[in-house]
Amino acid sequence: MTPTVVLPVVIAGLYAAGVYLLLDRSLTRVLLGFLLLGNATNVLLLSSGGPAGEAPILGHAGPGEISDPLPQALILTAIVITFGISAFLLAVIHRSWRLVRQEVVHTDEEDRRVAARSPRHADAMDPDDIDPVDLDPEDRAMGDVVGGPPDPEAQLARRFPDTASDDVDLPPTRGRTT
Amino acid sequence: MTLLLLAHVVAALAAPVLVRWWGRQAFLALALVPATGLAWALTRLPTVLDGGEVTETVPWVPALDLSVALRLDALALIFAGLVTGVGALVLVYCARYVEPDDEGAGRLAGQLTAFAGAMLGLVLADDVFLLYVFWELTTVFSYLLIGDSGAKVAGRRAAGQALILTTAGGLAMLAGLILLSQAAGSTLLSEIVAAPGDGGLVVGGVLLVLLGALTKSAMVPFHFWLPAAMQAPTPVSAYLHAAAMVKAGIYLVARLAPGYADVPGWRFVVLGVGVTTMLVGGYRALRQFDLKLLLAFGTVSQLGFLLTLVGGGSAALGKAGLAMVLAHGLFKSTLFLSVGVLDHATGTRDMRELSGLGRRLPVLATAAVLASASMAGLPPLIGFVGKEAAFTALWDGALPDRTAATVVLVGLVVGSVLTVAYTARFLWGAFARKPDLPATAPEELEHPPGPLFVTAPVVLALAGLAGGLAASALDPLVAAATEPLPQLLPEEEHLALWHGLTPALALSAVTLLTGAALFLARRPVWRLQRRVGVPVSADTGYWNVLQGLDRLAVVVTGSTQRGSLPVYLGVILVTVLALPGGLLLVRGVWPAEWRAWDNPLQAITGALVLVAAVLAVRIHQRLAAAVVVGLTGYGLAVLFVVHGAPDLALTQVLIETVTLVAFVLVLRKLPLEVGGSSRARTRWSRGVVATAVGVFMGVASAVALAAREAPPVSVEYPELAREAHGDNIVNVTLVDIRAWDTFGEISVLVVAATGVASLVYLRGRAGALARATAEDEQRVPQGRRAPRAQWLAATSTLSPRRRSLIFEVVTRLLFHAVLVLSVFLLFAGHNAPGGGFAGGLVAGLALVLRYLAGGRYELGEAAPVDPGVLLGLGLLLSGGTGVVGLALGAQVLETAFFEATLPVLGHVTLVTALFFDMGVYLVVVGLVLDVLRSLGAELDRQEEEGEDRDPAAEEVIAR
Repeated sequence: MTPTVVLPVVIAGLYAAGVYLLLDRSLTRVLLGFLLLGNATNVLLLSSGGPAGEAPILGHAGPGEISDPLPQALILTAIVITFGISAFLLAVIHRSWRLVRQEVVHTDEEDRRVAARSPRHADAMDPDDIDPVDLDPEDRAMGDVVGGPPDPEAQLARRFPDTASDDVDLPPTRGRTT
Repeated sequence: MTLLLLAHVVAALAAPVLVRWWGRQAFLALALVPATGLAWALTRLPTVLDGGEVTETVPWVPALDLSVALRLDALALIFAGLVTGVGALVLVYCARYVEPDDEGAGRLAGQLTAFAGAMLGLVLADDVFLLYVFWELTTVFSYLLIGDSGAKVAGRRAAGQALILTTAGGLAMLAGLILLSQAAGSTLLSEIVAAPGDGGLVVGGVLLVLLGALTKSAMVPFHFWLPAAMQAPTPVSAYLHAAAMVKAGIYLVARLAPGYADVPGWRFVVLGVGVTTMLVGGYRALRQFDLKLLLAFGTVSQLGFLLTLVGGGSAALGKAGLAMVLAHGLFKSTLFLSVGVLDHATGTRDMRELSGLGRRLPVLATAAVLASASMAGLPPLIGFVGKEAAFTALWDGALPDRTAATVVLVGLVVGSVLTVAYTARFLWGAFARKPDLPATAPEELEHPPGPLFVTAPVVLALAGLAGGLAASALDPLVAAATEPLPQLLPEEEHLALWHGLTPALALSAVTLLTGAALFLARRPVWRLQRRVGVPVSADTGYWNVLQGLDRLAVVVTGSTQRGSLPVYLGVILVTVLALPGGLLLVRGVWPAEWRAWDNPLQAITGALVLVAAVLAVRIHQRLAAAVVVGLTGYGLAVLFVVHGAPDLALTQVLIETVTLVAFVLVLRKLPLEVGGSSRARTRWSRGVVATAVGVFMGVASAVALAAREAPPVSVEYPELAREAHGDNIVNVTLVDIRAWDTFGEISVLVVAATGVASLVYLRGRAGALARATAEDEQRVPQGRRAPRAQWLAATSTLSPRRRSLIFEVVTRLLFHAVLVLSVFLLFAGHNAPGGGFAGGLVAGLALVLRYLAGGRYELGEAAPVDPGVLLGLGLLLSGGTGVVGLALGAQVLETAFFEATLPVLGHVTLVTALFFDMGVYLVVVGLVLDVLRSLGAELDRQEEEGEDRDPAAEEVIAR
C-alpha cells in the first residue's frame, strides 16, 4: 500500500512531543505526554489501516469503498481507555499534591541506598543468610566440616587470630571421645 | 494406579483433620494407604515376572500431548514395593514417635502421606514430564518436612539448601528430558529407552539428566545437603533421606541405563562419581559422633555404591544393584528408626553419652544388629547377597573395559571396608557398654519404647533377613527388571546366598576383617583423620557460590537501578532506537511511492495538530498546556472524519471534552505553572531522544504500510456484520466479532474508575453522592441578587457568587434532551454511528453539565446512584450476555437474535449484542460519574470542610 506523506509526519511530531513531555519529572507534563502518545498511536493505527475511504456502514457504501473497520474498532476502545487511565493519573497527581505538596517525581531514595550499598553487605539482608561460622552452634547445619562437633580450640583460634596458642593439637580428652 | 495416587492425595488432605480427631492414632489409619499400595503391587507380581507390565493412561493436556501415563514393570515394582512398604511402616512408627500433644503432628502426617503419593507416582510415571512433576513434588515435600515448623534457623537453612540444590538439578534434568524426548521422538520413558536415538543432542541430554539424578541422590560434590537435612524428624530422615527420595536418582539411572549406558560420558560420570561418593561418605561417616549423622554419611556412601551398580550398564551389575537397593532401603530405615527410638528414650544421639543400652533395649538392639549385619554384608542377610553379586560381577569383568572393572572393584572393596568400620562404630556407639562411661541410668529412660514403637524397625530388619534367606526367590524379579540390559558376561549370574568358595567370598572376608581392624584401631584413625583434614569442603563451596550470587545481585541492582524515572524511560527508548530502529535502518524497505495526502484537509489539520503539539511542549502553564493537548485531540477527530471513521470522530470529540473537564477539576487545586525547570543539558538530551523516537515511529509507520501485501483480516467483516444483523461494521466488531477485547477493555475502565475513587476518597467511598438537605441549603447565605426561581434542584446550596442563571436554564432545558440523545445513540449504534461508548459518553456529558451548573449536590440529585453499582451492573450485563449466548448453544459472546413483527413498531430485530452494548454504556456512564464524584464533588467537599488545607499526619497514615 502507498503511504501518505502527511500522516507519518503527524505521527512523528506527536510522538516526539509526547516522548519529550514523558521524560519530564513533573507528573502533569508526564500525563500530557501520555495523552500525546495516545493520540500519536491512534493516528499510527489509523494510517496502518490503509487509505481513506467511505464510512464502514453497510448500505452507505460498497465493501470495496470503505475504510478498514478493524483499526477503527481498536482505536475506539483505545480512546476510551486513554481517558480512564488519564483520569487515574490525574487522581495520582492530586494525591501526590495533597500528601507532599508537590507533583514532581524525585529520584527514588531507596534505589539510591541500594546503589550505594557495598556488595559485602549483601549478606546482611536476610537474617537466614548469616555466614555459618557466625551462627550459634545449635543453629548450624548438621555436618562435620562447618557445624560439626564443636571444636573449642578452633573457635578460640578463630576469635583471636593473632594470639599464639600452645595447645593447638592436644589429643582429645580421654574418655569423652573414641 | 490413578486411584492409588488419588487415595494418597485424599489421605494427605484429610490427615490434619484425622489427627485432630484421633490424635496420633490417626497415623495408623494413614498407614493403610501405602499399605494398600504395597498389596496392590504384590498382586501384580505374577504379571510382571512373566515379563508383562501394567499400564494406565489418562489424558491430561491433550493439546500438549501430555498424559498421565503410568506403567508398572519389574523395575517400577521393586521401587514401588520399597516406597509403599517402608512408607506404611514409617507411618506406623510415627504413631508413637509423635508426642500426643505435638501441634505439628497434623502437618507431619499430611506431608508424609503426600510425599508417599508423590514418590509412588515418580516410580510409576511413564511420561517424562509427569516424572518431572512428581520429582519436583518430592523435592517440595522434602523441603517442607526438613524445615518442619520453620522455627529453627538450622532447619530452615538445611531445607533451603536441599531445595536449591535439588531443584537446580531438577531443572537441568527437565532440560535433559526435553532433549532426550526430542531425540527419541516420544515422551514415554518406555519408548525413549527402547529407541534412544543418537547424536550430540543425546549426549547433552544424558549429562543434564544425570546432573538431576546426582543432586537428588546426594552424590559428591552435592552430597552435603543430605547430612544437613538430618534436622528433620527421624521418621522423615528414615523415609525420605534413606529409603525413598534419595533413591529417585538411583531409580532414574537404573531406568535409563539400558538405553544410554553406552553414550559417551555416561559410564565415566556414573562410575567415577559413584565410587568417589562411596569413599568420601564412608570416610566422613567414620568421624561422626552423632548417630544420625553417622547414618547420613553412611547413606551418602551407600548411594554411591548403588549408583555404581545400577549405572554400570550390565545385567549382572544391575541385578546386584537392585538387590542392594532393597537391602539398603530395609537396613538403613531400620537403623534410622532405631536411632529415633534411642533419641526418644534418652534424649540424646551422641554416642559419647550413650552406654549400655544394648541390655536395656534387647529387642531394639537385636533389630539394629540384624540391620547392621546386612549393612556390613554379613551372611545370611540381603546386604551380603547384594554385595557378593556385585563383587562376583566385577571380578568376572562385567564392564566393557576390563581395567575399569578392576578399578571399580578396588574402589568398592575399599568402600566396603569403610562401611564395615562405620557399621561397627555405629553399633558400638549406640548399644555397647563403654567402660569409662556410666551406664545410661534408668531414670534417663524417660520414654521406655512400647511394642508398637519398635514394630517398624523389627519388621524391616526381619524383612532384610528374609530377603537374604530367600535370595533365590528374589532372583526372577531382579532378572526381569534387568532384562533390557546387556549381559556382558559369558553366563548369567543368579542371586543366591551361597555360591560356593568363590573369589568374591574371599573378598568379603577380607573386607570384614580389614573393616573390623579399622574399627579396633579407631583412636589412631581418628587422630589421623584430624591431622589430614582439609579446610575446604563442598559445603563452603556452596556457601561461597550463594554469597557471590547475592553480591552480584547487589552490584547489578546498584548499577542499573539509579532511582530516576526519566533515566529508566530513556534507557528503554534508547533500546527501542538501537534494536528495532537499527533493524529498520538495515533491513527496512523504503516505500517505492508516496502520496501527498488522502485529502487536502488532512494536511491542514495535520499542520494544526503539529502546532498544538509544539505548543504543548513549550507552555508551562498547566491548564493552557492541557487545552492545547486537547486541541490535538480535536484535530484527530477531524482526521478521523476525513479518513472515513465517523464513530471515532464522535467518540474522540466526546472524550476530549470529558478529559478537559477532568483536567480542570484537578488542576484547579494545583499551582498555575509547572515549577522547576531542568538544566539545558538534560533538555537537550531529552530533545534528541524524543526527536529520534518520533522520526523512528514516523518512518516505521510508512515502511510498515508499504510492506503490507496480504489481504486485511477485516476483508470478511462486511459479510460477518450482515450475519450479525448490524450495518455499522465498527460497532459489530466491538460487540460481536471482537467482543472479548471489548469486554477486557471495559474491565480496565472499571479498574481505572475504582482507582480514581480510591486515590481521592480519604474515608469510605461506597454509596451514592449526598443529596441536598434543608440544612445544606440554609448554610449558604442567600444574597438579594441571587436568582429566586429554582431551575435546578440543588442550586440553592451554592453560594450566589458561583451561580449563573443562564447556565442553569440551559442545563435545565438540555439535560433530558441530551439523555434521550445518548439512549438514541446506544440503540442506533448497531446500524449507524454511535453505540455504547458514544452513548455512555453523551450521558456522562449530561451529568457534567448538571455538576458544573449546580455543584456537587446537584450531581447527587441528577444521579442518585453509587457509580460502583453502575460499573458492576454494566460488567455483569456484558458478561451475562456472553453466558447467555453460551447457554443458547452459541459460543461465548456470540450474537443471537430474535425477529418479530410487533403491532406499532413493525418488523423488529432484537440482537443480544444490544445488551452487551448496554453493559458498555453503563460502564462508561459509571466511569464518568465516578470521575465527577471523586475529582469534582469530593474535592469540593474537602475544600468546603477545610480538609485540604493542612493534611493532618494521622489522616495520611490512616489511608
